[in-house]
Amino acid sequence: MIKEMYREIILERYKNPVNAGVVEDADVVVKDYNPTCGDVVEIQIKFNNGVVKDIKFQGHGCAISQASTDILIDSVKNKKIGDVIRITSEEFLKTLGIELSPLRLKCALLGLKILKTAVYSYLGAGGEI
Amino acid sequence: MLNVEKIREDFPILKRKINNRQLIFLDSASTSQKPNQVIESIKNYYEMHNANPHRSIYQLCDEATQLYEDARKKVAKFINAKPEEIVFVRNTNEAMNLIMHSFALPKLHNPSEIIVSIMEHHANIVPWQLVRKNNGTKLNFIDLNEDGTLNLEQLNNSINRNTKIVSLTHVSNVLGTVNPVKEISKIVHENGSLFIVDGAQSVPHMTIDVHDIGCDFLAFSGHKMLAPMNIGVLYGRKEVLEEMEPFMVGGDMIKEVTTEGVIWNDIPWKFEAGTPNVEGAVGLSAAIDYLEKIGMENVREHEKELTQYALEKLSEVEDVQIYGPTNPEVKGGVVAFNVKGVHSHDVAYILNDFGIAVRSGHHCAMPLMKRLGIQSCARASFYIYNTKEEIDALIEGLEKVKMVFKL
Repeated sequence: MIKEMYREIILERYKNPVNAGVVEDADVVVKDYNPTCGDVVEIQIKFNNGVVKDIKFQGHGCAISQASTDILIDSVKNKKIGDVIRITSEEFLKTLGIELSPLRLKCALLGLKILKTAVYSYLGAGGEI
Repeated sequence: MLNVEKIREDFPILKRKINNRQLIFLDSASTSQKPNQVIESIKNYYEMHNANPHRSIYQLCDEATQLYEDARKKVAKFINAKPEEIVFVRNTNEAMNLIMHSFALPKLHNPSEIIVSIMEHHANIVPWQLVRKNNGTKLNFIDLNEDGTLNLEQLNNSINRNTKIVSLTHVSNVLGTVNPVKEISKIVHENGSLFIVDGAQSVPHMTIDVHDIGCDFLAFSGHKMLAPMNIGVLYGRKEVLEEMEPFMVGGDMIKEVTTEGVIWNDIPWKFEAGTPNVEGAVGLSAAIDYLEKIGMENVREHEKELTQYALEKLSEVEDVQIYGPTNPEVKGGVVAFNVKGVHSHDVAYILNDFGIAVRSGHHCAMPLMKRLGIQSCARASFYIYNTKEEIDALIEGLEKVKMVFKL
């Protein structure tokens, strides 16, 4: 189980995330925590014509929370807002391709939770879809 | 010396397998496991004596009352206090809230000051932040020395005529630091301030005498000392308790209620509203019997030996950073550490694969984490049932962690 969870891609993205950083002119910035683990993730997004134009994250925490956020961001870049909203937890977990215990699910889904919050708060503030 | 093998037989949960491995429980600072003697005492209470205490005159009620009040006497004797100075609460956290509501909020106002330390558990920080917010009082944090001990010089310099409360942990739940509470008590009382001791990590592990320490309050939790969850104790010096207003109000804590008003019950019942946790008190009583049979000096010696051993072994592992004092004489059975480049939750998760239970995260001590320059750490903590072989298994597990993370 351990070997399956800490797959090469998880370790690689934890140590060297490709989507870490700051979006200078972000339309929306959302930060959230996973209190059991102490994971912290902040996602910053710039939209353009209803599409995710630029998206980055910063944070700290366990390998699962950080790597899964990094991988999530890969999958939503240049995607339409409508498609981002429709990503389900099940789908995303399939993309991750790792087996997780209930406690670790929270780590793996922290990024998705923040992404959704960010998109909805953008739309709530009058952002175009 | 303890007969650990014999002690282990009293704890059914230690026979459990986790991921096909024998459970190695190194998280007693979070909560301890329970011996048969405690489990049986609760079962016996429900099978033989259950009734709502203090309320009726039939025999069962009399027995339940007796058991509950006997437990109070036993706790009192255990820490050398008077029974009326023992208030049953849910846990240390609730005890701190009781002091906040019944003492600090009504009595402290700007320019009053409260002193705590940077190594405190949130239970001994957040209530005083609330007093600061509501009453405009000041809250000062005493820092650490480089070796993880408390900076007493700073305490001496910070305490002043406005300081009304000094509230410190006896043993840090992260660093393991044993603070010299007797010495501090003198400093605090010479200044005319009140001294609160958070005993959550000390009462289960060493001989405690509230008169010897000289503190005004001592708070601790039953579940960290073999008893069930949700039974805790606030010791308060009689003179101080008598001056305090009730915490929660309602049933069982009054002498008389008329439509016009109310006369509070005497201490300690004045602070215990509603039906009490009798099974918890009964379990705590059995837990104290168990600990006293072993002897608190022996408990402390055993843990000192384990701590010394763990520190030696951990310091030999490359890429492991240890936090807190390295001298077991001033350290409880708590060893906090990090594996370089690996988050503590990943460490704990991989150790779990080998049946090893350690705590990870910020340990409800976020200001301390910040002071140490870390976000989290792993923690192994020991009790009467732990062995050196279990520490060896921990070390082996850490090598596996390093393998998984390719360190």
